[in-house]
Amino acid sequence: MGRLLAFIARLITGAQGHWKGCPPEALQRIYFANHQSHLDWVLIWAALPGELRAHTRPIAARDYWTASPFKHWLTRAVFNAVYVNRQRTDENDDPLEPLVQALAAGDSLVIFPEGTRSHGGEPQAFKSGLFHLARQFPQVQLVPAWIDNVQRVMPKGEVVPVPILCTVTFGAPLSLGPEEDKRSFLERARAAVVALRPLVL
Amino acid sequence: MLNVLRHLDAEQQVALLFVIVFGVLLAVTVGDLLLNLQDRPPEWVKRHDRFQRDLRAMWIGAALFWLAWISGPVGATLLFGIVSFLALREFITLSPTRRADHRSLIAAFFIVLPLQYVLVGNRNFDLFSVFIPVYVFFAIPVLGALAGDPERFLERNASIQWGIMVCVYGLSHAPALLLLSFPGEPSGRGAFLVFFLVIVAVVAQVVQEAASRWLRHRPLARQISRSFSARAWLLSATAAGVAGALFFWITPFKIAQALAMGLLAGGAGTLGEFVMKALKKDVGVAYWGNQSAVTGAVGLLDRVAPLAFAAPVFFHSVRWYFKLA
Repeated sequence: MGRLLAFIARLITGAQGHWKGCPPEALQRIYFANHQSHLDWVLIWAALPGELRAHTRPIAARDYWTASPFKHWLTRAVFNAVYVNRQRTDENDDPLEPLVQALAAGDSLVIFPEGTRSHGGEPQAFKSGLFHLARQFPQVQLVPAWIDNVQRVMPKGEVVPVPILCTVTFGAPLSLGPEEDKRSFLERARAAVVALRPLVL
Repeated sequence: MLNVLRHLDAEQQVALLFVIVFGVLLAVTVGDLLLNLQDRPPEWVKRHDRFQRDLRAMWIGAALFWLAWISGPVGATLLFGIVSFLALREFITLSPTRRADHRSLIAAFFIVLPLQYVLVGNRNFDLFSVFIPVYVFFAIPVLGALAGDPERFLERNASIQWGIMVCVYGLSHAPALLLLSFPGEPSGRGAFLVFFLVIVAVVAQVVQEAASRWLRHRPLARQISRSFSARAWLLSATAAGVAGALFFWITPFKIAQALAMGLLAGGAGTLGEFVMKALKKDVGVAYWGNQSAVTGAVGLLDRVAPLAFAAPVFFHSVRWYFKLA
């Protein structure tokens, strides 16, 4: 099933991975990218070599992605998603807890630190989750990625994707400096993602 | 001697054809390997890289045609349909479409393209010839206008139309040739016309490339191509004609007819490539597979452009000249 889906994604978008800053290796990584469309995750996933896909997991909002049997099956059986709660029910609950568990188990994650989809152009400011994960797991590589053209494949409100070639550009891994504070790290991470943007013709 | 070849049966001719094609490719590849054993200046290496890319494309092309042959008319139609899809995908990627074009694009990819190939498969050649130029030409701007975005309306619609015309209409004539039947000839003869067309187009392209490199002549349109000169074009069309005449035995043509058809198709193919160059200059990419482009386009459009331009001209002249139904 996963193979079929990856094939369809490649047929429609090409899903070309350009590994500019690091080779595709079976290292534990957090990929973080700009977020413009529902297809972003599928695109990164399809751009990864087949053997890395099984251990690279997306983050899915529990309330939305378990709402129907199909959504639940898709995120659980095909993508092996990490579910997070959007609403904090308990003050002491750490929303990052499921992510921490997944990383502790040795899996790689794909996160979109903007939180919501931005409307083309510059990505919004990054949320702090990436910083906390980087502090807790210094051995995990943080790989920036830029997803290009995907907003043309499926604009907001449309259901049928149009075949247009997209690329995912992976940059050089970052790491959190010893003295670096949250704000400057998140700004540096965002700049690393933006720097991968291909030149517009 | 060539007449002897004509009297072989179809299977034998095809086998012979593939032996010739793969034999030539193999000879070129081995020769290239031997030449490559010694050190070369960087300029030579750069040119050689380009040559190797072209050679690889030819291997892939030859293998594809072989696949098309063994899978029969349905398989070949499907195969060209897929190539059409990939080429159109590449074209649209580099076109200035906007969000409002979404519905038009869906229509182009998922309705127009399959329908056109179904028409080919069913041999509805009359409808097939007018479906895109008449009905789709009308439908696409209607869909575009209904989407309600007037910005650069003509430009957006024109590029979608053009993409459909070249990548779907043009290319779909290659499998149409496969299915054309000649009176008094066994069916399946059309497959040879596709070979004929491809061989003629490839010869024209290779000669054009070589001639424009060796004959430093005044370019016809410097802004578009520094190497495209009238003399190189004439030479390539002539070479295509000669190649066509040499391969007359696989076609229903007589030698002189084969020469004329080769001339026509080869000339149209290289002109088509020239037009693609103008288009690429406009979009700002050196070749479609450019790394610096927004996308990871694979350069398929470059390869199919001569075929997409030559096939309709070739198809309709054959049909008109032989008064085929």
